[in-house]
Amino acid sequence: MTEYFELLGIPRSLHLSLDLLQQRYYELSRQLHPDRFMRSPEAERQKALDLSSTLNDAYRTLKNPLKRAMYVLSQEGFDVGEQRSKDVPPELLEEVFELNMALEEMRAGDDSARPQLESAEKNFTRMLSDVDRQLEDLFEQYDRAQSREKLSEIRGVLNRRKYIQNLVDEVHKSLVPSP
Amino acid sequence: MEIDFGTTNRVIGIDLGTTNSLAAFMDLTGPKIIPGADGDQLVPSVVSINPRQPNRDREGAGAFASGEIVVGNAARELLLTQPERTVYSVKRLMGRGLEDIQEELKLFPFHIAPGSEAVLQLQLGDRTYTPPEISAFVLRQLKQNAEAYFGELVTQAVITVPAYFNDAQRQATKDAGRIAGLEVLRLVNEPTAASLAYGLDKRENGIVAVYDLGGGTFDISILKLHDGIFEVLATNGDTHLGGDDIDNLLLRIALEDVRSEWGEDLSTDSEGVQRLRRAVIQAKEQISFVPFTAIELEYHGKKYQREINRELFDKLITPIVNRTLGPCRDCIQDAGVTVDQIDEVVMVGGSTRIPLVLSAVEALFRTKPHTELNPDEVVALGAAVQAGILSGEVQDKLLLDVTPLSLGIEIMGGVVSKLIHRNSTIPASATETFTTGVDGQRNVLIHVVQGERELVKDNRSLARFDLKDIDPLPAGLARIEVRFLIDANGILNVTARDVRTGAEQSMDVKPSYGLTDEQVEKMIQESVEKAEQDFAERQVREARVEADTILAAVEKARRHDAYFELSDAERADIDKAINELLLVYHSDQHNLIKQKIEQLNQVTLKLAENMMKGTKL
Repeated sequence: MTEYFELLGIPRSLHLSLDLLQQRYYELSRQLHPDRFMRSPEAERQKALDLSSTLNDAYRTLKNPLKRAMYVLSQEGFDVGEQRSKDVPPELLEEVFELNMALEEMRAGDDSARPQLESAEKNFTRMLSDVDRQLEDLFEQYDRAQSREKLSEIRGVLNRRKYIQNLVDEVHKSLVPSP
Repeated sequence: MEIDFGTTNRVIGIDLGTTNSLAAFMDLTGPKIIPGADGDQLVPSVVSINPRQPNRDREGAGAFASGEIVVGNAARELLLTQPERTVYSVKRLMGRGLEDIQEELKLFPFHIAPGSEAVLQLQLGDRTYTPPEISAFVLRQLKQNAEAYFGELVTQAVITVPAYFNDAQRQATKDAGRIAGLEVLRLVNEPTAASLAYGLDKRENGIVAVYDLGGGTFDISILKLHDGIFEVLATNGDTHLGGDDIDNLLLRIALEDVRSEWGEDLSTDSEGVQRLRRAVIQAKEQISFVPFTAIELEYHGKKYQREINRELFDKLITPIVNRTLGPCRDCIQDAGVTVDQIDEVVMVGGSTRIPLVLSAVEALFRTKPHTELNPDEVVALGAAVQAGILSGEVQDKLLLDVTPLSLGIEIMGGVVSKLIHRNSTIPASATETFTTGVDGQRNVLIHVVQGERELVKDNRSLARFDLKDIDPLPAGLARIEVRFLIDANGILNVTARDVRTGAEQSMDVKPSYGLTDEQVEKMIQESVEKAEQDFAERQVREARVEADTILAAVEKARRHDAYFELSDAERADIDKAINELLLVYHSDQHNLIKQKIEQLNQVTLKLAENMMKGTKL
């Protein structure tokens, strides 16, 4: 599998210039897109199809900071499976317990839990932006030293972020029922 | 197969629409529409089959011969006189199964043939056709129009599809192209094609929304334009929402009126329904330009008239227009932009002529939508630009489109595991490794679905892939790597490899809807035979028309003075030639007829000359 940073010709880092990324992506798309190989023999067309699909996957992954970090983690041999984010971060135990009760009431049709859920949504959304700032810092620190310890720390924060994101989504869903 | 781009190999762009279809090509100055034989640029997507008659007489040599396939404007006329042999809006059935179309069957006079459980078949008189075959008739007409226009063979095309079309609907469209004798180099999404046509002389950079409300489908796409790159950020839509829905709404009201006024249920009279439908469409098209109009019908000596003003019309269609706004909002969100960041909105499709649609879009996007280009033509023009990109004529533009629906596989408990998310730029791929669960297991079945829901049953089944002849090994030891690749047409390609041996893994593919490759091949075969037969019939018909002309001319000349100036022998030669032509007239050999026409021509040369001299005097 072609390495994403290498394919896009940009240095491997958790922080990167989105403008440069887009510029490189567009340049390579012009070269590799199947449209450019319509007159070519079958083997070359197949190769263009493979390469441009990898290029699209790479761009999709690298332009999103979270996906980019997950990608670097998995490249470094870290387990980034879904199940890890299911463990409740210890400092949130109490809040999550109360939240689950409120969610259950809400689902049972008891609207009195609404104010509590609304404030929880705000609370957790604020927590998300705190986590994002923390990640920003960690990304910068990693880019300076590129150490495994830092990555391990980043993985911990990413799991926490994923957990909080799931909470926000769930609360949001209970407040705005889907049609 | 290798594509050979010879100098004469022209690639045309085709908009295969629900209501109308048209073709365009890339001229030196830009994309141009190819006119049809009747001078009309739009070919109504209507197909009719004339009944077969055992005895074809001389009169039969006229307009349409028996068993002949009629397409376009002529077919639309036949919708009134032989509705049971005529089909329209077949695009609604493309890539769909019998159970999906129950709603359509209540609204459209589709005649489903018996035995359509596996593959949908339409009954047209005594023949049955699948939806791709019907679409192929429309495509073949466009192909013929292009060939007549260029005076050369046309075999390659870019065909547009609604952005929100799923895999089966795309495959069905591609099949239709193949059956029509066209190599489909690319399927392009209609709103993206439209942006290519608009983008030609528009801004170099910016965010553009394309709102495409056609006869039967609705799409919204949001694109980022950057120095000739057209990157689709997100797309959304409804493949069963369009002008047809407005027609059906008005038709229901009109039928109800007729029932109470005439005391007659017109809905069981297919000719009556089609006449009323046409009246409804006429009123709908007028009300976009005038404040009030009327639905008017005269049928079997009775008259029906209902006045409609803009206010009432708007009120009636508001629910339909509102159904387009949800997908627009979702699309804006998925694109990761705000309304304020959208620089331009482009309107595509005939239904965007409706003032309420325009004002609803303007209100949502807070900007005045573009309507400069003809909304019926812009998609075909864009398809021609894409054809130019593929043939190398257009170098500076590149379209980066997305897949409209997520692709996933069925896992334990009927749950979907998503492999490729919607709005991923295509080509896009995902790789999964599969193994066996039981000792000695030889097969692994993979069920691929498309859609956004969590459970398999709520999504669209796409195909079942049966990995077969796996080496018998203890459970969990076999490792089969499967690559799911959505190509630039938005169509899924699956390849599999045995990780241990590196060998290609064999598999059977069972598409859930649509035709197998073998079925398409068979249809191509049949259509070639039918086309040859049709062609032969056409030649005979043309020869007879020519014979009629010369026979009538000679008949007239025989009363002319010049005729009596001929010698007896010369007159006898003419009589003989006439008799011989009449003898072969009813044969089905056009060469023979032509030969006798030529003979008659020869022996009447002197007569003709003498007549000319006579007129000069």
